[in-house]
Amino acid sequence: MKNSKITKENIKHLSNLANLKLTDKDLDKFPKQLSEILDYFKSLDQLDTKEIEPIAQTTGLENLTRGDKPEKSLDSDQVLSNAKNKHKSFFVTKAVLEK
Amino acid sequence: MNINELTIIKAREGLEKKEFSSMELTKAFLKEIKEKDSKLNAFITVCEKEALLEAQKGDKLIKEGVKKPLLGIPIVFKDNFLTKGIRTTAASKVLDDYIPVYNATVVKRLKEAGAIILGKANMDAWAHGSSGETSDFGVTKNPYDNSRVPGGSSSGPAVAVSSGMALAATGTDTGGSVRLPGSFCNVVGLKPTYGRVSRYGIIAMASSLDSIGHLTKTVADSALFLSITAGQDRFDATTSPNPVGDYQNNLQKGIKGLKIGIPKEYFQEGLDKDVKNKVQEAINEFEKMGVKIEEVSLPHTKYALAVYYIIQPAEVSSNLARYDGIRYGSGREMFADEAKRRIMLGTFTLSSGYWEAYYLKAMKVRALIKKDFDKVFEKVDALFTPVSPTLPFKIGEKTADPLKMYLSDIYTVTANLAGIPGISVPAGFVNNLPLGLQILGPHFSEDLLFRLAYHYEQKTEFYKKKAV
Repeated sequence: MKNSKITKENIKHLSNLANLKLTDKDLDKFPKQLSEILDYFKSLDQLDTKEIEPIAQTTGLENLTRGDKPEKSLDSDQVLSNAKNKHKSFFVTKAVLEK
Repeated sequence: MNINELTIIKAREGLEKKEFSSMELTKAFLKEIKEKDSKLNAFITVCEKEALLEAQKGDKLIKEGVKKPLLGIPIVFKDNFLTKGIRTTAASKVLDDYIPVYNATVVKRLKEAGAIILGKANMDAWAHGSSGETSDFGVTKNPYDNSRVPGGSSSGPAVAVSSGMALAATGTDTGGSVRLPGSFCNVVGLKPTYGRVSRYGIIAMASSLDSIGHLTKTVADSALFLSITAGQDRFDATTSPNPVGDYQNNLQKGIKGLKIGIPKEYFQEGLDKDVKNKVQEAINEFEKMGVKIEEVSLPHTKYALAVYYIIQPAEVSSNLARYDGIRYGSGREMFADEAKRRIMLGTFTLSSGYWEAYYLKAMKVRALIKKDFDKVFEKVDALFTPVSPTLPFKIGEKTADPLKMYLSDIYTVTANLAGIPGISVPAGFVNNLPLGLQILGPHFSEDLLFRLAYHYEQKTEFYKKKAV
């Protein structure tokens, strides 16, 4: 694994990717904590895994399908019941595209 | 009725024989919660009104002669199970005011079986933690020693059952979150095979690892509970079509002659001496019952924690991306430390330039870890190991050092990586602090795990020793 030293700049970049607003305290503490955790991962370098197929599941279950039939779902009042900002039967979000 | 000594099975008998009503039973638990929970903090929400209403309905059905496996039995849900009309927070301020509009499949099944929801239990926020300390709703205390942690992330469920505030509680186990608090609180904690129990409607942590389990006082209760929650669900495509076992009726089948492996890698450096001795005593007990013990090796064990702490935060960062405060809940500024740390870590290992070195590498080593288990289960029927390397630790002892906290999961994450089932069963006390024995088996061997744990429990009865 590459050198896993995480800088404050890295953290700022990552928080931007993850849409997280970090506090100054976070920015001070996360570089060291994350670097230590990444250091711990280096033990995996001892293993040669060139010939190994990665797995994401373990029970061997594959490609379960169901009929493509429309069914009754939650009504829009229910779906919107937890939204803090709504308009008629829509969620209100910040503008994604600008004029 | 001494509610402290009740199990689900005994409570059911009491209800059937009309020794007490569901209303009396429910009220007794609500009273216990009122008396104890200001100190222990096992609950986020207590559903007094709903519970009493359901108890009334339950009593009516009992009177009519209706038979259901949990009719009139009050239970508790970890607060990451969606409960229709009842606030569900995952112990995070992000979901402080979230009221689900549907039930998780497990909630639905348990309610259909007649269970009553007493309340929603505290936990590590988003199930991120091994101690219960990351909850945004305050730390849960270990009933055996209030200065110590109950284990996490199913901290509230374990404490509710352990201290007699509930008969059973659901939990989720992504890296040990049912087994570890089970061990620390002297209750039975089951992590079923991946896909045995539906994940639908349960707030996702790491989707390829999440297993839906429960905590009970006894093994027989655990078997009864699984016979209700297990089975295929069309809303979770990873649930298995394999038939659900007859867990309860097989408990008493003999265990003589079974071959059990002791994986040597689980007994090396880092294991507390007292824990090691107690686990050895448990193994000796099984030998007396005619079980054959042999040492085995799972050579990739030492890599498991690194693999787990790459895969799990990667999946966490993806699962928590949906919390934007638009459809429900509050904005991302409400995430606390541990969630932020895991989102950052996962975002890093999945980011361009690092994905291959970290995430792909971890998925490959995961294959090796699974293969270790496949191979060892050709030789032995099940494995005995410690649950945790230490006894319940002090509140605050590990909070400043995340890596140290992560090491608490070292003996439990392997089962999640391999997708196999595991059970933690009470194995005694050191200085009045409880600890469990972990039994691991091949995929869909819950039946066997229950049998082994049941025979051991019948002989030792550690579950009878309550916290004062």
